[in-house]
Amino acid sequence: MKSTGKVTGIVSNLVTVETDGPVSQNELCFVTSGDTRLMAEVIKVTGKTASIQVFESTRGLKNGNKVEFEDRMLEATLGPGLLSSCYDGLQNDLTTMTGVFLKKGEYTSPLDHEKLWDFTPLAKPGDKVIAADWLGEVKEGWLPHKIMVPFSFKGEYTVKSVAEAGQYNIDKVIAVLTDEDGVDTDVTMTQKWPVKVPIKGYREKPRPSRIMETGVRVIDTLDPIAEGGTGFIPGPFGCGKTVLQHAIAKQGDAQVIVMAACGERANEVVEIFTEFPELIDPHTGRHLMERTTIICNTSNMPVAAREASVYTAMTICEYYRAMGMKVLLLADSTSRWAQALREMSNRMEELPGADAFPVDLSAIISSFYARAGMVVLNNGQTGSVTFIGTVSPAGGNLKEPVTESTKKAARCFYALEQSRADRKRYPAVNPIESYSKYLEYPEIQEYLSEKVTPGWTNMVEKAKNIIRRGKEANDQINILGDDGVPMSYHELFWKSELIDFIILQQDAFDPVDSLTPLDRQKYMLELVLDICDRTFEFEDYEKCRDGFKEIINLLKQMNYSEFHSDNFNRYRTELDSLLERLAAGTAAA
Amino acid sequence: MNKKAFQKIYTQLEAITKATVSLKAKGVSNDELATVDGRLAQVVKTKGDTVTLQIFGGTEAIPTDAEVVFLGSAPTLKVGDGLAGRFFNAYGEPIDGGPEIEGEEREIGGPSVNPYKRKQPSQLIPTGIAGIDLNNTIVSGQKIPFFADPDQPYNNVMAQVALRADVDKIILGGMGLSNDDYLYFRHEFERAGALDKIISFVNTTEQPPVERLLIPDMALTAAEYFAVDKNEKVLVLLTDMTLYADALSIVSNRMDQIPSKDSMPGSLYSDLAKIYEKAVQLPDGGSITIIAVTTLNDGDITHAIPDNTGYITEGQLYLRADPDSGKIIIDPFRSLSRLKQLVIGKQTREDHNQVMNTGVRLYADAQNAKTKLENGFDLSDYDLRCLDFAKEYATRLLAVDVNISIDEMLDTAWELFARYFTKAETGIKQSLTDKYWKETK
Repeated sequence: MKSTGKVTGIVSNLVTVETDGPVSQNELCFVTSGDTRLMAEVIKVTGKTASIQVFESTRGLKNGNKVEFEDRMLEATLGPGLLSSCYDGLQNDLTTMTGVFLKKGEYTSPLDHEKLWDFTPLAKPGDKVIAADWLGEVKEGWLPHKIMVPFSFKGEYTVKSVAEAGQYNIDKVIAVLTDEDGVDTDVTMTQKWPVKVPIKGYREKPRPSRIMETGVRVIDTLDPIAEGGTGFIPGPFGCGKTVLQHAIAKQGDAQVIVMAACGERANEVVEIFTEFPELIDPHTGRHLMERTTIICNTSNMPVAAREASVYTAMTICEYYRAMGMKVLLLADSTSRWAQALREMSNRMEELPGADAFPVDLSAIISSFYARAGMVVLNNGQTGSVTFIGTVSPAGGNLKEPVTESTKKAARCFYALEQSRADRKRYPAVNPIESYSKYLEYPEIQEYLSEKVTPGWTNMVEKAKNIIRRGKEANDQINILGDDGVPMSYHELFWKSELIDFIILQQDAFDPVDSLTPLDRQKYMLELVLDICDRTFEFEDYEKCRDGFKEIINLLKQMNYSEFHSDNFNRYRTELDSLLERLAAGTAAA
Repeated sequence: MNKKAFQKIYTQLEAITKATVSLKAKGVSNDELATVDGRLAQVVKTKGDTVTLQIFGGTEAIPTDAEVVFLGSAPTLKVGDGLAGRFFNAYGEPIDGGPEIEGEEREIGGPSVNPYKRKQPSQLIPTGIAGIDLNNTIVSGQKIPFFADPDQPYNNVMAQVALRADVDKIILGGMGLSNDDYLYFRHEFERAGALDKIISFVNTTEQPPVERLLIPDMALTAAEYFAVDKNEKVLVLLTDMTLYADALSIVSNRMDQIPSKDSMPGSLYSDLAKIYEKAVQLPDGGSITIIAVTTLNDGDITHAIPDNTGYITEGQLYLRADPDSGKIIIDPFRSLSRLKQLVIGKQTREDHNQVMNTGVRLYADAQNAKTKLENGFDLSDYDLRCLDFAKEYATRLLAVDVNISIDEMLDTAWELFARYFTKAETGIKQSLTDKYWKETK
């Protein structure tokens, strides 16, 4: 028996309801106003009064309007067809909506119920299975999409029957399972799962032990993110957050990418719609859109659904992880989500924390980040969700609650810096403040030694040291003047500039430079460090500057050339002879 | 809008604050309009039988037995072709002495465009100002504010931009305009003979601040009529959004909401985004472009209003007084148009991108030279040439009083490059210098 209620108060999208029966926290309900039904979620209960947040504009709602509770939480619909879809925060398919404007109360089905999928059974009658075990698979694009025992099934089941290989739609019963009491249950290709509850159904969650390549040097070389790891990118507006995120989305070495555009500009999402279908995934040669799901709740869409959007995105990621896939979730920006929480907490007249954010902000953020991770499935295979969020700190000041809470939760920190952006040094990631905690993991160090080259992490540390010392030298030069410091200071500074220009800076719009595979990153870092190891004897600081500018120019040309191509090799030869000339002290100024 | 039907009249107020009144009433819907003692008000909160109304005109002299009539709908605007050439107040009532508008009545602040139905902006909007067209090109469907100190002539610049832009309709939303500025706009529009394509919604400083909250939604509802129903290119001017945000903070303060940064309401980002995100390129050719003004406090862009704006809009145009040329210029370093790459070199000449970057880089070199000079270091020959270049570049290209075509801007830049620099110093690729370099004697 589902409860009902009547509206007794409205402040913006917070509505209070007098209920006639039991309701639960986070239960979904619909408010009827005229002929529209607006979706809402219970966020607080006091006595018979439930406070609900309505996911749409409450204009026109009246006290006395009827509310129907659904006896379920906000759920994501999971099944084949999620990839290359474009959803709003509540998983309505935006592509099938009618009209140019979003209509209040219009909800569309997330999955196509007509489309036929090529099903192949993986389980056979008599098999013992538990939740998340694989029963069969369909080809979704080029990915083997597993049809699983629904995550909500408790205990052990015996497979009674499995459909034969063939073409079915998502509603077709593809298996019948018998539970321990002998009761049969039908399983289709689709299932639902409440978005705020993490999907379990795996054996264990080990520490991440591999890195996820992004092709972005400042990440992969300097502060790599682990597969199944977490990271965040804070930065003031105009620092290139979105460009960096899009670069990671285009190049990330993942099988499935979910992009949550949470409270950001609609035109940025349009850019994804326009560009991604044209772009090719560098790892598989397939269209990028085929592996991408977009959850889009832009800044002008209802605020309450903004919060839901990141959870919907994470649930879809966990679903693909349970199939043994490498999933990457990008959320832009988690600050907007935190602001949505603040607006609600404010309307509920809760006592505020710092900057009027709710006091449990930190806890909410860290439990969300905790849903990422590498898992070992029941069948021994692994799957992972890697999560990178952006943060938009107010006034560009990193000492604000969202950045600070996220810093506690995420293991990689990519600080975008205004002054680097002003000098057009993109990606504007500050190499000194940024970090990756994964570099400290022995298993990651071992992995990198094996995958890249022995002692790789030491080389990276050395590069970072050169950058730090270069910065100190530059500070001294600025204070004492070019002539006021010993020549070694100039050399130190220019060595750090060398690393800055060749390793850190990367042209996201150049087809070759934008994507640097790990073997190429190794080649370049070794080359650059080799130059840094040399001692040059320049006559004066101007010769030093000119010499390094020449070196940088040649290395940059190498960055823009196909790896090991004729051009690339030619620049390398030129570089070697330049270095010889500089060493001999005969370099022309 | 001041329609009255056979409706119950309430005459007993329970509470009065500076901006709101509360009373017991039934059957009232959220966001509904009402009149309180003849003044327009809107429902902002209901709790049981108690309804709280925000009074746009302020609550001065409202008695506890004031007559309250509920009007049954959210604020509306009558839309029709008759809007063109007219001036309205914040309630959409004519203030130019002309007749009432005939047309369909639409609720303002309507729903958002489905992001999937949007098109990528791709039409250049030329303004004649090189600081915009050359360095920060504006594209139809874009939203971009001027960041300016209060003493800068931002309204004049905006009026010029509007009159030169090749659009079908210009809609002015004036919030807290001084009466002089209002008359200035009116005069400029009349003088340009462009009145028939201009629609104005104006709240002046003489009128209550809370009324301002209606202006952007009024202007954008009119804009949506022309862009969506008529497939027209519409340019919306909003000045001054800082005063709009101030009005938001007044209301949230009166409603006892907990302020966040800079005493602004916690919902400031969403409130501003709801307005700016109305900028759109529609699939059927219509578009809404928004150019706004955000006045700054002593150039402070970390204040909550410009900061939130910067996260929402697609770039910003900084106005700055340049002491060297004595002109108001568009600062090439801090200004940015995020959409310019969509049109540069595509709808403009092939050399646009390189000329733009080179000009700004050389101007930056001039700034470095200036710093060197101020610190008492000797200047090289290159530094001196940079300084001369910068002065002429500022006067002939960055100044807001420039009005030339984009090709002329590019030609002017080439002329300046050739006068002060060698080809190698500009670093422009050879195929372009071969074609465009202007040798000077």
